[in-house]
Amino acid sequence: MKVPLWRVAFARSGDKGDTVNVGLIAFTTSLYPVLTELVTADKVKQHFKGICRGSVDRYELPNLCALNFLLHESLGGGGTVSLMLDAQGKTFSAALLRMEVDVAEDLVREADEVSGWSERLE
Amino acid sequence: MRVASGQGFWGDWQEAPKLQVRRGPIEYLMLDYLAEITMSILEKQRERDPAAGYARDFVDLVLDLAPDLVSKGIRVVSNAGGVNPDACRDALVQRLTDVDTVRPLRIATVRGDDLMSRLDEVLAAGHELRNMETGEPLSTVRERVTAANAYMGAGPILEALRQEADVVVTGRSTDTALTYAPLIHEFGWEADDWNRIAAGVVAGHINECGAQACGGNTLFRWREVDLVEPGYPIIEASADGSFVVTKHASLGGRVNWASVTEQLVYEMGDPTEYITPDCVADFSTIQLEDLGGDRVRVTGVEGRPRPELLKVSIAYRGGYKATGMLTYSYPDAYEKAVAADRVLRGRLDRLGLEFDEIRTEYVGAGACHGPLAGSPDPSVPEVELRISVRGDDRARVERFTRELAPLILAGPPTVTGFAAGRPRVHEVMAYWPALIEREVVESVVRVEVTEA
Repeated sequence: MKVPLWRVAFARSGDKGDTVNVGLIAFTTSLYPVLTELVTADKVKQHFKGICRGSVDRYELPNLCALNFLLHESLGGGGTVSLMLDAQGKTFSAALLRMEVDVAEDLVREADEVSGWSERLE
Repeated sequence: MRVASGQGFWGDWQEAPKLQVRRGPIEYLMLDYLAEITMSILEKQRERDPAAGYARDFVDLVLDLAPDLVSKGIRVVSNAGGVNPDACRDALVQRLTDVDTVRPLRIATVRGDDLMSRLDEVLAAGHELRNMETGEPLSTVRERVTAANAYMGAGPILEALRQEADVVVTGRSTDTALTYAPLIHEFGWEADDWNRIAAGVVAGHINECGAQACGGNTLFRWREVDLVEPGYPIIEASADGSFVVTKHASLGGRVNWASVTEQLVYEMGDPTEYITPDCVADFSTIQLEDLGGDRVRVTGVEGRPRPELLKVSIAYRGGYKATGMLTYSYPDAYEKAVAADRVLRGRLDRLGLEFDEIRTEYVGAGACHGPLAGSPDPSVPEVELRISVRGDDRARVERFTRELAPLILAGPPTVTGFAAGRPRVHEVMAYWPALIEREVVESVVRVEVTEA
């Protein structure tokens, strides 16, 4: 089923100069290989079109069920040079979670139990 | 062995370190005050006043905590010294005379990270301090440099602890060292015990952002976390390098696999290459086990030998900037804000004011997520126009700040939000990361202990 990434993962982002890092964490271990296949560096670069002007690197952390993305040239120069409201890239995590992904329904239901989404639907 | 985190940055919650000391047992309290840009702010303060240039809040905090530190045997490790650790120590010594403790406090200062006072000498000796991102030598911006500090590792903190310091005040220390130096000291780890030191680095990374490891700024089930009085992280370390992340039970917040994982990936680069002055930690080797009850065990961390070079953080003057904001209300809030932006830019053009950059954002209509937020909702209750400029000429930036208020009477309708007055002009401090041979720094590092 097609769902926004926030149904199956959570994230935190931060800055290093003009680069944003977004750590994407799967809600369940069974979702990690699925996300690894679906959320590629190319897909993330395309998602942040018009926002990320440089390249995107991806690092895998199977031990934490997490992927780490580095979005280069994304903060208008970074630090105090930047004129952006979000000069430290704090909200890029939520921006990545807007991405739409196609995930097997049973895996989404499992994630809903962990994230608390199923309780909120009741 | 418990190392508690009490501050994640300068300006963090003042109650946190007091709660760490008073709500349960700890042996060490680490306080991180220095972000990349903090040193240049402190350097500016020292230019105006030779007795300034450190985190003043820290002095008030130590005065408040002094009796507890002595009676409970808690030691404080902090980088609050900023660009002037000696002045920080002097302020502590002077004000501690009025505080009743059963024995004097031993205060250690660590100096040697400051390269600013001998920058020309260092450059003349052939250290080019090339920008790690652009490769340019520092000589291209030398005249504009305001602060240059090397990141020191555990060495000087260990020396201070060996000299039985109760309070260690450093300048630019690696944030993580404020946590792992006490571990090396207590457990007697060898300097080349890379795996254990790397475990200490991971512990330091969890501690260095305060509540962020304990449910603060955490997306996972965020509605369920009580953050009124959050616990800050406490590392319960073992001699083998494994540790448990926890918090005081009587405080709020939450420690679980999700809160710790979110903090582990925060500000991460290549996870297999987390470089510190004392080892290179591999975050892909970390194993987490959620024990329940706000306890997460961390094991399996592996590390590699320390790098030959130390990182240097340099700040230089990068021009001026200002940001103005006005709020437009329903109906057609976004359209009105766009019209106001057009009017303002037209006036700047007619004045012949040019800038390196002008940026307009619409708060409430995609300022954070840009095109990902979709097209603005025409029924949005209000939109804040946020317009910023940056340029080398202070007078031009100043002139820009006078063009905001006229939009109230001579701009689009239903505008408000100008009560704060004309925007302030800020000097931009640009960041220049570089590397330097360890010897250049380590040969001048000094540790001094004073009783107060």
